[in-house]
Amino acid sequence: MRKKDKGKDSEDNKIDEILESSRRDFLKKVGIVGVASVAGAAAIYSGYRYEHAKTDGTSVKVLTEDNRLVLIPKDQMKDYKPDPKRLLLRGRDGIKGKKWVMIIDLSRCRNARKCVNACQGAHHLRPYEYHINTLQMQESINTPAYHMPKPCQHCDNPPCVSVCPVDATFKRQDGIVLIDNERCIGCRFCMAACPYSARMFHWQEPLATEADKGKEYDIELNVPQKKGTISKCLFSADRLREGALPYCVSACPNGVFYFGDENENAVTNGTTKETVNLKELLEKNGAFRLMAELGTKPRVYYLPPKNRIFDFEKGEEQEYKELT
Amino acid sequence: MAYKMSVSQIKSDSYNDRLEIVSSDILRNVRFNKGFIIWLGFLILALSACIFAYYIQLRNGLGVTGLRDVTSWGMYISNFVFFVATSLVGMLISSVLGLSGAQWVKPIARIAEIIAVAFAAVAGLVIISDMGRPDRLPYVFLFGRVQSPILWDVTVVTTYFFVSLLLWFLPVIPDLAIAKTRLKGRPGILIKVYELLSLKWIHHPKQYEILRQAMRVLLILIVPLAFAIHTVTSWLFAVTPRPGWDSSIFGPYFISGAFVSGTAAVIIAMYFFRVSYNLQKYLTEDHFEKIGRILVLVSIVYFYFNLNEFMVPGYKLKSLDAIHLRELFKGEYAPLFWGVQILGLIIPILLLLIKRFRKPFPMLIISIAVLAAAWFKRYLIVVPPQGHPFLPVQHVPVEWVVYKPTLIETAVTFASILLVLIIVTILSKLFPILPVWELAEEESASEIEKTDNK
Repeated sequence: MRKKDKGKDSEDNKIDEILESSRRDFLKKVGIVGVASVAGAAAIYSGYRYEHAKTDGTSVKVLTEDNRLVLIPKDQMKDYKPDPKRLLLRGRDGIKGKKWVMIIDLSRCRNARKCVNACQGAHHLRPYEYHINTLQMQESINTPAYHMPKPCQHCDNPPCVSVCPVDATFKRQDGIVLIDNERCIGCRFCMAACPYSARMFHWQEPLATEADKGKEYDIELNVPQKKGTISKCLFSADRLREGALPYCVSACPNGVFYFGDENENAVTNGTTKETVNLKELLEKNGAFRLMAELGTKPRVYYLPPKNRIFDFEKGEEQEYKELT
Repeated sequence: MAYKMSVSQIKSDSYNDRLEIVSSDILRNVRFNKGFIIWLGFLILALSACIFAYYIQLRNGLGVTGLRDVTSWGMYISNFVFFVATSLVGMLISSVLGLSGAQWVKPIARIAEIIAVAFAAVAGLVIISDMGRPDRLPYVFLFGRVQSPILWDVTVVTTYFFVSLLLWFLPVIPDLAIAKTRLKGRPGILIKVYELLSLKWIHHPKQYEILRQAMRVLLILIVPLAFAIHTVTSWLFAVTPRPGWDSSIFGPYFISGAFVSGTAAVIIAMYFFRVSYNLQKYLTEDHFEKIGRILVLVSIVYFYFNLNEFMVPGYKLKSLDAIHLRELFKGEYAPLFWGVQILGLIIPILLLLIKRFRKPFPMLIISIAVLAAAWFKRYLIVVPPQGHPFLPVQHVPVEWVVYKPTLIETAVTFASILLVLIIVTILSKLFPILPVWELAEEESASEIEKTDNK
């Protein structure tokens, strides 16, 4: 997350620091933004342009692909069309230096299902196809019932990744477990292995096949969805790339979700946009992880449904019919 | 198998006499008679109907099956496990019994290898029918990850198939050489195939020596291979944390079950070959008596593993295990579960302990019950544990909650069974079903013994 609450000074300091960082590194970054095919020649070319543009004066702030803000002379800006192969590699690599983490506050969930709807809209899913679902839970008859949003847990020891025969599902360096729908063979071993039932399969032609025709496949969005392959929650990797909160997190009206970077020890509430200390939040609220005893090491934490300011409402029973 | 043969025996008159008798008895069946053509035609016709069902699945996606997100492995995977299991019998008969010196398995060994080859070959196809993207099959080889049990399975099943094929083919070579001069009046193409496949075999003692050595190596090699294929298949389930699959005895449990279904399949095949090819002289009642004892032995071992697999978790009743076991013992799957355990395991054991039932026809009936139960047992292993995942199933269409196989799925499964029958029919009808040279040698050897004793 880009932290909006930090002062402007620190941002400027950061920019200066980056500008002073090694020249070679900087040239590489510029090359990525401004140049097309042959990497070596491109780097020299942009270096040459940089030398000339230095005198020009006008600069713009640009966000590099590893989420750093740099100043670039304006006349070096060029239209950039992403190369699909590079997008795929980038999508498999993840965002450097991040460890995404999600906190779900069960005491606030009122089953609005806005997270579900936002997610299904973004990923072109049918009403009963879930990357995130809200489940009605009750541990025993003596304990209260509560609603539990359940996305993929993005385990650090993911059983699904272990069993995948073709490296179609993989763990990125920023903690996200993703799927490459252009690699998946549809064996569904990952579904069998996942204890959280986090995965869905395209049993038929996906909902938006017609509408998505001709679109370039985005591995960080799983769109267009593909028949005969697996799909699941991506922690909205495409949004994180742009420095925004995941779809479900920002859609929640009740402040259920916190999302952030474990390395920064800070998470932001999707509704209030308030940023809090991660460790404190977890410790003070007795956070837990789903079925931690299985050793999957989820990256999603839950805060228990205590001190609720509202009564549990079962919500309308909606009947789901299979659509074609 | 020990091939007791020396140059003198090959040249001995009694061997040549025996060879004439045995070869005419066995090669009599190698022909395109009406019954064969009608049977094969029927199989191929039925197969094409079932292949049409697969075409529909390819076109519309796996949604034409009863599979959904909750139960995403169903009939296809059960069928795959059943096929791998049944193919294991090749190892049991040829290696375990053959290497231990049991001479009586000689006429059965080839039948067992045919079963092994047919089931192992089709198992590979069955798994493809379960894939969402069969067009991406090459990815398994291009991007294969060694961490995945699927890759282990692909590797060992393929290897097992080829070794089984060799175990069938090597002892057939001398027979083809014997047969090619004796197949008068058969289509020229069949004689040409025999000529080609007999690999210029001239019955030189040195050739038999090499054959014997090669067989010995393969028979030893196939033991760990066979254990590997079914252990790895069991691990497809056992490596997941799901109650009902999360078991540490799945490997031996599957292996012992495999011997049961494979032996039953061999007995069924023996019965039909005996009757339709008139081989009562070679597949004697004594053979049935002996393989009946094998079946009862492996069934008791399997019963022991069942006891462990269900009794121990049933005693503890850990919450999720309890849901699964209740479903099997007195829930939705109870009729199937008890039917399989009682009709397919306990009653066969009790009957086969009685000598009167170890006769060809009673054993045919018992074996059919055992084999059918073996199929449904695989279904019970694969399907019910998925019905109750760790987290509740909510906000989905009702079809997603309970798995019911569809007609298309059943047809595709039938296709695999028809394919096995086609392979078994071709291998048993167009090639000598019993080892001619081994039987001739055995008979002549026993005659020599008789004359010596006189």
